[in-house]
Amino acid sequence: MAETVAAPQHTRQIVTINRAQMRRDFAVRRAGKIGVIVEPIFAYFFLWAPILLLVIFSFDNSRSISNWQGFTLEWYQHIFNDVVGGDTNFSTALMLHSLGNSLLVATVATTIATIIGTMVALSLVRGNFPGKQYIDGLLFLPVVIPEITQAISLLIFFSTIFDVVHRTTGVVGTAGFGTIIIGHVAFNISYVAIVVRARLADMNPHLEEAARDLGANEWRTFWRVTFPLILPGILSGALLAFTLSLDDFVITFFNSAPGLTTLPVFVYGLLKLTVTPEINAISTLILVASTLLIGISIAMQGRNAATAAA
Amino acid sequence: MRKVIFLICILALVAVPVFAQDSSQATPPATEEAISDTGSAAATPEATEGATKWQCPDGFQGQTLSVFNWTTYVADNTISDFERLCGVKVTYDTYTSNEDLLARLKGGNPGYDVIVPSDHMVATMIQLGIVQPLDLDKIPNFANVSESLKNPVYDPGNKYSVPYQWGTVVIGYNKAKVGHDVTSWNDLFNYTGGKVAWLDDERAMLGIALTMLGDDANSTDETQIDAARDFLIAHGSNVAAIASDDGQAMLERGDVDMTVEYSGDIYQIMSNCNCQDYGFVIPKEGTNLWIDNLAIPTGAPNKPLADAFIDYILDPQVGADISNYTAYASPNQAAIDQKLIDPELLSNEAIYPPADVRDHWFTILPNTDQETIYNDAWDAIKASLGTS
Repeated sequence: MAETVAAPQHTRQIVTINRAQMRRDFAVRRAGKIGVIVEPIFAYFFLWAPILLLVIFSFDNSRSISNWQGFTLEWYQHIFNDVVGGDTNFSTALMLHSLGNSLLVATVATTIATIIGTMVALSLVRGNFPGKQYIDGLLFLPVVIPEITQAISLLIFFSTIFDVVHRTTGVVGTAGFGTIIIGHVAFNISYVAIVVRARLADMNPHLEEAARDLGANEWRTFWRVTFPLILPGILSGALLAFTLSLDDFVITFFNSAPGLTTLPVFVYGLLKLTVTPEINAISTLILVASTLLIGISIAMQGRNAATAAA
Repeated sequence: MRKVIFLICILALVAVPVFAQDSSQATPPATEEAISDTGSAAATPEATEGATKWQCPDGFQGQTLSVFNWTTYVADNTISDFERLCGVKVTYDTYTSNEDLLARLKGGNPGYDVIVPSDHMVATMIQLGIVQPLDLDKIPNFANVSESLKNPVYDPGNKYSVPYQWGTVVIGYNKAKVGHDVTSWNDLFNYTGGKVAWLDDERAMLGIALTMLGDDANSTDETQIDAARDFLIAHGSNVAAIASDDGQAMLERGDVDMTVEYSGDIYQIMSNCNCQDYGFVIPKEGTNLWIDNLAIPTGAPNKPLADAFIDYILDPQVGADISNYTAYASPNQAAIDQKLIDPELLSNEAIYPPADVRDHWFTILPNTDQETIYNDAWDAIKASLGTS
């Protein structure tokens, strides 16, 4: 008797525990639902509010960067005048010159790093050679070591090389575009290779085997099958490399030469005096340009997916 | 996908009229006038292009000169006038701090002809052999330099450097919020009405504290430096931030009521706002005097042209143009005597201090042996104020 009474009590107890738990679960779920809505709002606020402020202040009629004084297009006018070769001022000319340097360095370094990085990724995923795992580990080195270490080591490396070349051949080498680009390529290869390798790992290897079964040689297989499939990975790797190159201050500064001031170096140098408002205008223009570029690349990928599906 | 293309079209449509408007603004003279009216802050008077009577020595036609300086630390016409007068090409590159400059030149000069290091950095560079002696025979305009700035402690006899711009560390304050005239460092250290900002310049701040305690601002005595450290920690409860050269922006935004800053920076926000809200003062106990200098690094590809450039900068008109643009003080006594400096700047005692202030100020000397003591003291201050 006592046992039969105890049993339903026991089950009832379990049921009540479950109800409390369910209530808690529902509360958590509700909070989660709200969180899913609120969290991105916060994230986007922190991401975009400062950028929006920068865009707004690029139209501010004041040399100061913290008080709104009225609408003007003067800073855009300065940039426009300089580009068309009209009346200009020294700091705007200097800023545009350094922007030109930045874009040139970033473009050349990205192109080289993307090609080499993609080749490294391919050989690491498809190839099999002794010491592969060490190369694999070394790939992450430029990502994790501090930039200043890399910059100083490059500086020492180049001066040693120049010294040796000078002593043996009499040729005098100097720092310049070459040294900056080598520095940028050196760290960009890793980023490109890591991104492309992730894409390659996701790829179905049977597709390549099928192509070869159908008589395509390796070269043809690569261009007709592998390359189109990993192209989105290559493009995102290249975009990442381009951004890193454009942003880079330390490595550029330590390996540059007269006439090669880049935009980040110019901007940091403004701390000595007050920041010129033209910098807000040029940043806004860069923002518009990169938004357009990303939009175009998304559109192109979308079109590719559409044609592939059809 | 279609949405994305649509979005791009919209963006393009928005962007085109903006640029079209840009270019159309250049044509109507009325608008242009309005722009130049609103744009020219008092700190940037009209450039006096071609006003200098400086004559370039012969024989430099077609050569190049490489100047390494802080960003926009020259007037609009400084470089272009020199290029025109000498028939040369100047490349102008920028760096961000004395330490960056040193690091860049330590591994060998990559080809710069003229650099602009601050006082204590000149001494360090002389010690390391990074700068080479000037040819003062080729720089006759050196005679224009104010006697009180010649023969500085960091470079006796001006063998390696000549003054370029100078200034002081001052207290900038919001007159309405503080409610009284600030005259002493005690007004800052004991201020209870709100928050203040300090300058992230360890030697200047510790030098001020050492001066307050009656010691030498360049003290090498560890107990004195520690006492200065404890003084700053004890008087740091009202500190909102240790600002890296942006104290003037914090003052302008209203984040702080007082800030320790370089004189020219405070002057710039005063002229921006066109109001009577702000004041700045060199406290009566004395302050840090800093001097930026022109020097020629070892291995400069074109030393003769570099000497000519330094002579050009020391021309009264050229020097006045630069100081009128930066709102820092000109070391050029001839420019002051010939009334080429903006009178509004010249009459400002916090930029060109009266003689009695000059008795109290101190320049920072490099104390290589004590550098770590100063570093540690400053780190301890930042840590205890929670601003590091």
